[in-house]
Amino acid sequence: MQKKVIFKGRLLPLALLAPQLAVTFVFFFWPAGQAIYQSLLREDAFGFSREFVGLENFQEVLSDPSWVNAALNSLVFSGCVAGLALGLALFLAVQADKSLRGATVYRSLLIWPYAVAPAVAAVLWLFLFQPNVGLLGRGLNAIGIAWDYRLNGNQAMILVIIAAAWKQLAYNFIFFLAGLQSIPASVLEAAAIDGARPARRFWTIIFPLLSPTTFFLLVVNLTYAFFETFGIIHALTSGGPAKATETLIYKVYVDGVQNLNLGSSSAQSVILMILVIGLTAIQFRAVEKKVHY
Amino acid sequence: MATLSLRDVRKSFGATQVLHGIELDVADGELVVIVGASGCGKSTLLRIVAGLETATSGQVVINGRDVTELEPADRDIAMVFQNYALYPHMSVFGNMAYGLKIRGMGKAEIEKRVKAAAEILGIGPLLDRKPKQLSGGQRQRVAMGRAIVREPALFLFDEPLSNLDAKLRVQMRAEIRRLQRRLGVTSLFVTHDQVEAMTLGDRLVVMNAGRAAQVAPPMEIFERPADTYVAGFIGSPAMNFIPATLDQGNASARLSDGTLIRFADGPRPGEAGMPLTLGLRPEHVETGDGPDSLPLAVELIEPLGSETVVHGRAASGMAVTARLQGAFSGESLPVRLTPTHLHVFDAETGRRLEP
Repeated sequence: MQKKVIFKGRLLPLALLAPQLAVTFVFFFWPAGQAIYQSLLREDAFGFSREFVGLENFQEVLSDPSWVNAALNSLVFSGCVAGLALGLALFLAVQADKSLRGATVYRSLLIWPYAVAPAVAAVLWLFLFQPNVGLLGRGLNAIGIAWDYRLNGNQAMILVIIAAAWKQLAYNFIFFLAGLQSIPASVLEAAAIDGARPARRFWTIIFPLLSPTTFFLLVVNLTYAFFETFGIIHALTSGGPAKATETLIYKVYVDGVQNLNLGSSSAQSVILMILVIGLTAIQFRAVEKKVHY
Repeated sequence: MATLSLRDVRKSFGATQVLHGIELDVADGELVVIVGASGCGKSTLLRIVAGLETATSGQVVINGRDVTELEPADRDIAMVFQNYALYPHMSVFGNMAYGLKIRGMGKAEIEKRVKAAAEILGIGPLLDRKPKQLSGGQRQRVAMGRAIVREPALFLFDEPLSNLDAKLRVQMRAEIRRLQRRLGVTSLFVTHDQVEAMTLGDRLVVMNAGRAAQVAPPMEIFERPADTYVAGFIGSPAMNFIPATLDQGNASARLSDGTLIRFADGPRPGEAGMPLTLGLRPEHVETGDGPDSLPLAVELIEPLGSETVVHGRAASGMAVTARLQGAFSGESLPVRLTPTHLHVFDAETGRRLEP
């Protein structure tokens, strides 16, 4: 079968591509270009004056201790979110893959969190962990743990990690479950006959066979934790207390929208853009090469 | 080396019973083939022996030890799967060594055993390859190798040749037979292919709807099928079945058109007039004119080279298939239903009636 369709004229293919190109241009190239342009300027908060400063903004950002703090927060946050979301999703997928009574119900329920908007997810966790009204928050205090994420930076970090990981769990779960189901049952039976107990089967057969899925999800999760968790952090902690949960993406917002330091904020966006381009490149490479057996 | 016994093995999936009390004894070093149409329960039976499926009731005894409740790992068996079930992320060596590593065998010993098995199977140069770099026949060999390095008490084969092309299948069939003889491992082989069953097995178990219709050596099954199912299943083209009734004196059968066929080997038990099914293999249908010959209107001719299969119909509407030496062409064929190789079955129970 011939896969390539060859058009005669130029007009039709261009017309077919136009919507996609327009969306990409309006929502990516234009703002990205603006960000790069802005990152080279210094502008006062009211927009009365702007001057070209070259890479000064970048210099300032990279040497700013609060940016370094945000970068470290991002690393801890992303690492924990990816680790937690992947680990739990894999565990749940392995459980859901077993032939259980009502397995389909269980699977469907596990997919639901993905449909919840980030802000709503945040509010949900807020109600659970709020120290005065939250079920778990009150419970923790009742058993003697001084739980208040509004005062304790580490607790705040734990809370945003849990909320962000929970949100990503469903996505990972779907992929892991699909990955597990694509492993032929006979391979696992062969391993069982070869004498491997369930735990050994998991680590020597299932886990290696899932590695392409795991790697793909790792990149997706890191990207998610880095760039798509603004809503959760904003609704839960607003980056606080004392910037304890301020990640890079959140700092872009704080500096640009709240502090109106457009030059610095743009420079930070550009740095993040380079990061995401790097991650995507790694992912594409991996998909091409297939971290495969 | 070991023996295998199945004691009244039954299996139900929900309300559906798929095995109705299977009894089987496999002697040390014997290769028993379980053959039957798809859905007859043969794979389920094998999986019960392997421990991949639990029997609803009954016992599996390997070498005198009741293993019914044991995990597959504790049964000292090896299995070759239809789709080979090789570990895709491991090399050929890794695939064969996996079971040995789990048993905590030393590196040198593992290497020695894998090398030896690879030598026997002619896959020595492939040890570093991954399964997906191998052809179907090579994968099959690796799967066999994985089974033999373990030196198990029992080999189980689950239609291992079905995924190979016809030529390779014949070759691997002979190879499996030689290997099994050479190693002398007690084996259970499941197939739906009667030729495979006939050529491989020391004994066959012909399964029909969850029951063992007959357990016997291949030639005995061919020559003295226990019932009409076995008679129709084994042998190609299938046996002709002709409805008849037992005549006065029990020494002959009467066809619907009144023709009388005298049994060559003596009278059958039963009452006169009871319905019979006569069986005559196509190669035993004789041709040529004579006083008792039956003209067949030829419906289909299948030339097979050295022989020809002719499907025809007698004036009474009875369908007859004949296998002739050499080529054949023509509109009509006179045949004689000679009683020398006639099989007689009770039409109601389908059971064979011996003289």
